[in-house]
Amino acid sequence: MISRIEKDHRRFREIVRGRIRENLRRYVSRGDMIAHKGKETVSIPMPQIDIPRFIHGDNKGQGVGQGEGDPGDPVGEEEGEGGAGKAGEGEGDKTVEVEVTLDELAQILGEELGLPNIEPRGSQTLETVKDRYVGLRTTGPESLRHFKATFKRALRRQISMGTYDPRHPIIVPVREDRRYRSWKAEPKPQTNAVIIYMMDVSGSMGDEQKEIVRIESFWIDTWLRSQYKGIESRYIIHDATAREVEREVFFSTRESGGTMISSAYRKCAELIEREFDPANWNIYAFHFSDGDNWSVDDTAACIRLLREQLIPASNQFGYGQVESPYGSGQFIKDLTAAFGDEQMLVTSEIKTKDDIMDSIREFLKGGR
Amino acid sequence: MATLTKHLAELQAEIEGYALEYGLDFFTTIYELVDYRQMSEIAAYEGFPVRYPHWRFGMEYDRMMKSQTYGLSKIYELVINTDPCYAYLLEGNSLVDQKLVMSHVYGHCDFFKHNRFFSHTDRRMIDGMANHATRVRRHMDRQGIDKVESFIDVCHSLDNLIDPWLPFRKPQQMRREPSVELPINIGRLSANADSERSYLDDYINPPEFIEQQRKRAELEREQRRKIPPQPERDLLGFLLLHAPLDPWEADVLGIIREEAYYFLPQRQTKIMNEGWATYWHSKLMTTRALRDDELIDYAEAASGVTAMGPNQLNPYKIGVELYRDIEDRWNKGKFGKQWDECDDRQARDDWDLRLNLGKSKIFEVRRLYNDVTFIDEFFTLEFCRRNRFFTFVENRRSGRHEIESREFKKIKHTMLQQLTNFGQPFIYVVDANHLNRGELLLAHRHEGVDLRLNYARDTLRNLVRIWRRPVSILTTVEDKPKRIRFDGTEIQITDEPAAWRLP
Repeated sequence: MISRIEKDHRRFREIVRGRIRENLRRYVSRGDMIAHKGKETVSIPMPQIDIPRFIHGDNKGQGVGQGEGDPGDPVGEEEGEGGAGKAGEGEGDKTVEVEVTLDELAQILGEELGLPNIEPRGSQTLETVKDRYVGLRTTGPESLRHFKATFKRALRRQISMGTYDPRHPIIVPVREDRRYRSWKAEPKPQTNAVIIYMMDVSGSMGDEQKEIVRIESFWIDTWLRSQYKGIESRYIIHDATAREVEREVFFSTRESGGTMISSAYRKCAELIEREFDPANWNIYAFHFSDGDNWSVDDTAACIRLLREQLIPASNQFGYGQVESPYGSGQFIKDLTAAFGDEQMLVTSEIKTKDDIMDSIREFLKGGR
Repeated sequence: MATLTKHLAELQAEIEGYALEYGLDFFTTIYELVDYRQMSEIAAYEGFPVRYPHWRFGMEYDRMMKSQTYGLSKIYELVINTDPCYAYLLEGNSLVDQKLVMSHVYGHCDFFKHNRFFSHTDRRMIDGMANHATRVRRHMDRQGIDKVESFIDVCHSLDNLIDPWLPFRKPQQMRREPSVELPINIGRLSANADSERSYLDDYINPPEFIEQQRKRAELEREQRRKIPPQPERDLLGFLLLHAPLDPWEADVLGIIREEAYYFLPQRQTKIMNEGWATYWHSKLMTTRALRDDELIDYAEAASGVTAMGPNQLNPYKIGVELYRDIEDRWNKGKFGKQWDECDDRQARDDWDLRLNLGKSKIFEVRRLYNDVTFIDEFFTLEFCRRNRFFTFVENRRSGRHEIESREFKKIKHTMLQQLTNFGQPFIYVVDANHLNRGELLLAHRHEGVDLRLNYARDTLRNLVRIWRRPVSILTTVEDKPKRIRFDGTEIQITDEPAAWRLP
């Protein structure tokens, strides 16, 4: 039988999920969710879940405290209640923050956008087993004998038996003293999917444009992660030249200079060739730019790279074009003209943050 | 849930003995041993094994399980105000902790039994809560879970609108005294029987004054015809009597109201209750129950309980310090006219009349006071200085809290303001037939702090769900009198000529 509190708890989670779904578009377009990201969960500020009452506003921010200091000194902002809080008295006025796992979030996103589950291709073996030594036991092969633990046991036995003489510290382990390392088999999912993000960081990509890229890639990441265990991510930035970078760099760098998109595509193709064999890997590539490429020749080079290398290798190639005040936005037109209704290439235009939801749907609705 | 192990049962008997020896008097106290999951469950249900189904308890549970799992906080003790008193011990706590908790609990049990603000509570609330749960479940079976649950949401949003003094008042006369309509008669002073001086009549009974009195009497008569006859704070009770509710809705509302009144005294006496329990765990442990080798562990646990964050008041700490201060003052005779009038610093420091009235005084205090009167009477200048209290305000520019002042008057005022009406605004029902259109009119008695507007709006929405006619509230926003009205479709905020005052 399920206990009563479990039922109440489940009801609470249902309400939380309902609220997230209702407000998904708002949550998606605002970046604050990413700021609260933990390792596997995000906490979402949810003011509506609080019960409204006639209460005092905190328009004065006043209170009484205790301790040293002169008027004007800042008061420490440490949280944490000293006393053991008693039930029902923790009515803070802070907005309620609810924690949701990334998997749950992905599920909500999937349901709301009607995203199909992805059918992986390539390698069938999803999981391998890895052994890890975690403890001790009394039987085992001699090769795994733990000397230190064994002698400790022996010493203990001898002391308790009274046969230990500190002046002649001779310890002789017997059969019962022996300890062996023991292991546990841990299934370790084998990474078999990779997302390669590429971003244009040329002078025309402003902070707002990067913010859009950041939010959108967070959601794409969340969704794909829920589909593949242990997915890998790689990041490439480019202006006139391209280089692979760490995640933090990817989202924070701003460079100036011209734009040669082909440099990123070439880098991406190299990366795939070097590390990710398309026969075993599910490869997702996303490129974000303002669509202002250097020259017609370079665009032609891009199309050639896409057609010959990138599209055949990947499950899907996504191109997202953010609008910038400087760019011409020509690139997306060139791509559409060149590829027409090629299914593996998905393009999407993201004018403002409000378009992020639709863009995500565009990218992921194919279920590849 | 398990009964106590033999060893713990022996400890209980031992500590109960010490408590009785010091003169504590409590209902039979029953301890249950629970694991942390059960503890979170019981704590989410505010100490009771069974409550009506509602997601809010699930939310509390979620929060508590998380903070336990991450080691942010641990629920040490949980005790409920019933007869017998039930208290819960956390399985796996160290023995010192268990002793500390038991000593602490006896303080609470004594307080529950003797503090006068608890005198009207239902001591068999365990059964009460279980009955409420059964009734709500039955309504859910008949009406549907969502329907009942969303109605409970509505009730929760009103559950602070109760009258703390109601339990101490005589039940209202439900019947009206039959009376004939008397003509309004304003008493006139007669200018003596001596008709010679009748010319003085206009001076002794100025016509304007008489007219004014007559108007007032008429207004009063008018008011008496209204519902409610005078502004009323028990909104929940008022709705129960006058709102157009379905029978099941009335039952649910009644349940929420009953539980709100049950928990009320605990919110009125938080500082006193925790302070009392802390005083006694400290006393029992340090003078009796503690063994030598447990000292360090005890000291650590006890200091955790009374630790004070710089910008928050720990009720355990203030409470225990005040009781100790009172005990000391009454032992030394630091009270009364002579003491109050003495302003020689040295004399005050050395004051000791050896009265030894401290113990009986603190027992008296725990019986008669609540947090507001406790602070009002015993939070003295010396106490304030010694414990280095200050007030803080938010610095608008930096968003940080900064120390504002160490002025005694200001500190005490701020504290009392936070405690008055347990920190809730004063809301009155003024008129149930406002503008003769069946609208409900509420009023907020403004005491210096505005209502939180977005919450007030949503609460009005919920009220309309119950009242089924437009509802307005008179309040003051940023020093301007305002009226907020919700008519079922939109919220309107309009200016008022003057701020509402309690007649």
